[in-house]
Amino acid sequence: MAVVLLAGTVLASLLLGTKSADLGSTWRALVAPDGGELASVVHGLRVPRTVLGVVAGAALAVAGAQFQALTRNALADPGLLGVSAGAALAIVAGTALLGALTPPVAAAAALVGALATSTVVFTLATRGRHGGNPATLIITGVAVTTLLASLTTVIALSDQASLDSYRFWLVGALAGRELSLLWSALPLVVFGALVAGGTARRLDALVLGDDVARALGTRVARTRAAVTCSAAALTAAAVALAGPVTFVGLVAPHVARALVGPNYTRVLPTCLVLGPVLVLAADVAGRLVIAPSEVQTGVVMALLGAPVLVAVVRRRALL
Amino acid sequence: MAVRVGTVSVVLRPRPLIVTALASVAAVGLALWSMTVGELPLSPGEVAAAFTGDADAAVTYIVVDVRLPRLVLAVLAGAAFGLAGAVLQSVTGNPLASPDLLGVAAGAGAAAVTCIVLGFDGSAASLSLFALAGGLLTAATVFGLAWRGGMRGTRMLLVGIGLGAVGNAVTSLLIASAGYEDAARATTWLIGDLSGRGWGDVHRVGWALLVAGPPTLLVGRSLRSLRLGDAVAAALGVRITRARVALLLLAVVLTACATAGAGPIAFVGLLAPLIAARASATAETPLVASAATGALLVLVSDLVARSGPLGLELPVGAVTAVLGAVALLLILHRANTA
Repeated sequence: MAVVLLAGTVLASLLLGTKSADLGSTWRALVAPDGGELASVVHGLRVPRTVLGVVAGAALAVAGAQFQALTRNALADPGLLGVSAGAALAIVAGTALLGALTPPVAAAAALVGALATSTVVFTLATRGRHGGNPATLIITGVAVTTLLASLTTVIALSDQASLDSYRFWLVGALAGRELSLLWSALPLVVFGALVAGGTARRLDALVLGDDVARALGTRVARTRAAVTCSAAALTAAAVALAGPVTFVGLVAPHVARALVGPNYTRVLPTCLVLGPVLVLAADVAGRLVIAPSEVQTGVVMALLGAPVLVAVVRRRALL
Repeated sequence: MAVRVGTVSVVLRPRPLIVTALASVAAVGLALWSMTVGELPLSPGEVAAAFTGDADAAVTYIVVDVRLPRLVLAVLAGAAFGLAGAVLQSVTGNPLASPDLLGVAAGAGAAAVTCIVLGFDGSAASLSLFALAGGLLTAATVFGLAWRGGMRGTRMLLVGIGLGAVGNAVTSLLIASAGYEDAARATTWLIGDLSGRGWGDVHRVGWALLVAGPPTLLVGRSLRSLRLGDAVAAALGVRITRARVALLLLAVVLTACATAGAGPIAFVGLLAPLIAARASATAETPLVASAATGALLVLVSDLVARSGPLGLELPVGAVTAVLGAVALLLILHRANTA
């Protein structure tokens, strides 16, 4: 069912927009570009944002599921924890220091930012008496996000000319991003996906607690380090492609659990499909609600995702 | 020390009084000094001459119509945010409850941008009214959604964070859909920048403080009893629910009007009461001292923003956001390791 949904959203993403077209003419423009207006729209704009949306969505959803397992916290999300903001700050700071970054350098900077932020947030939130408290982690994440986002704003203000192009991207947007970006983010995605696949089984053990996981034969510290690296790499790739889109990593795992149960060997593959569905749906909605102008994907995603956050909070008696 | 005027008696404690006095003196001194700094440095004599009408027109304009409203607005908005934060923290018993984390500021901001985009901001009152409606709606929604046969501070904060995200998204949506001019105006307003504000904005915040400030202090006297628990407070003659609802409403009014006048200046409502309580060394959050600290905080941040670190003029909201986020992390760290 999830795959059918994905096919539907990909199709919608190719067909719908300010210049909507029917299936037949879009298909012709796609396979046999005639140099017409529709062909250039489809090839130049819609195919890139669809492909980037699929990759970014899958990466964010899997990273969200990994963060939720790592922190044993149903509210974890790369955006809410500040990891996306860290990656974005690293890219913007890199641009301010070095001038315009080539896509591979931007992806590397994003990785450094994401890794550093996840380490800091985890350390801050998991120490001490209230270490396990889910609310502490999220509030820490909000504080870190605010801090990093303000610094990003300051840098962006100081260097308006070269950073003007980042303004749209900083809210999370697929529009105007080039397909060639994909190649520089691909190593991160491949690394993240391989590690995620390899550690999926051990995530179920981690969720039971470190002691139980150890008793089950998991090398806890090593697994945590590997999963953190993988989640950070996936987040960094998504940010390099689409900007800091929040809530995909929160919503997708919850929907996945509702569909296939709590087992991470099944949750992760489901997220792989649901993430793109969410991002593409948000992107298409953003194109249509105020056509002919557009709302950034990240904005629509926040409108969809924040109610889910509230619902999850309300359902847990613990919080 | 108890002061009694008719049936109203107020307990005055020396330490919060000293903090209030120090913060106020520092704020006034800083305000006077900051009249002289800026793109056109002026001597104190020139500033004084501008007030007595002896200076030339350009200097008078800069002092009376550019620097003075900015200063007064910084003081008033800081006081309003500080007071609102102190009330929220006291009523909820949660040191992290602030207009920002509860989403009230974001809700008020979204409503104010709605007002700008719909073109209703021609009259002075409408922006405040919109912000007020947005703030009240958000606050009611947060409390409604977080209430589950009782209120838990963390649940309230998390719901507030969620609704704050909705508010910010609505704001972005409105700006994206607005025409170029409206979008530019809304963006400048949103960034929490005090430059380019006029006397109209000052009046907006000033009226809110005049109307909501005294009742807040009056009802706020029951906060000390409320700290002792509902049963004790009731026995001491406090109408618990009424006092709580009244205080929350007043805090929302203060936040919304300050937001309407000065834009969302992040985290002042969180930071000022925490500093004031720590400096006063009292168990409860001192209201007046928080207001004075808030005023000082915004003034200092605006000076930092104006004097341009890295050679650029920053919005004051960016400075307070950095300060507030660092403070928030320190609080969380301390709470965790205590």
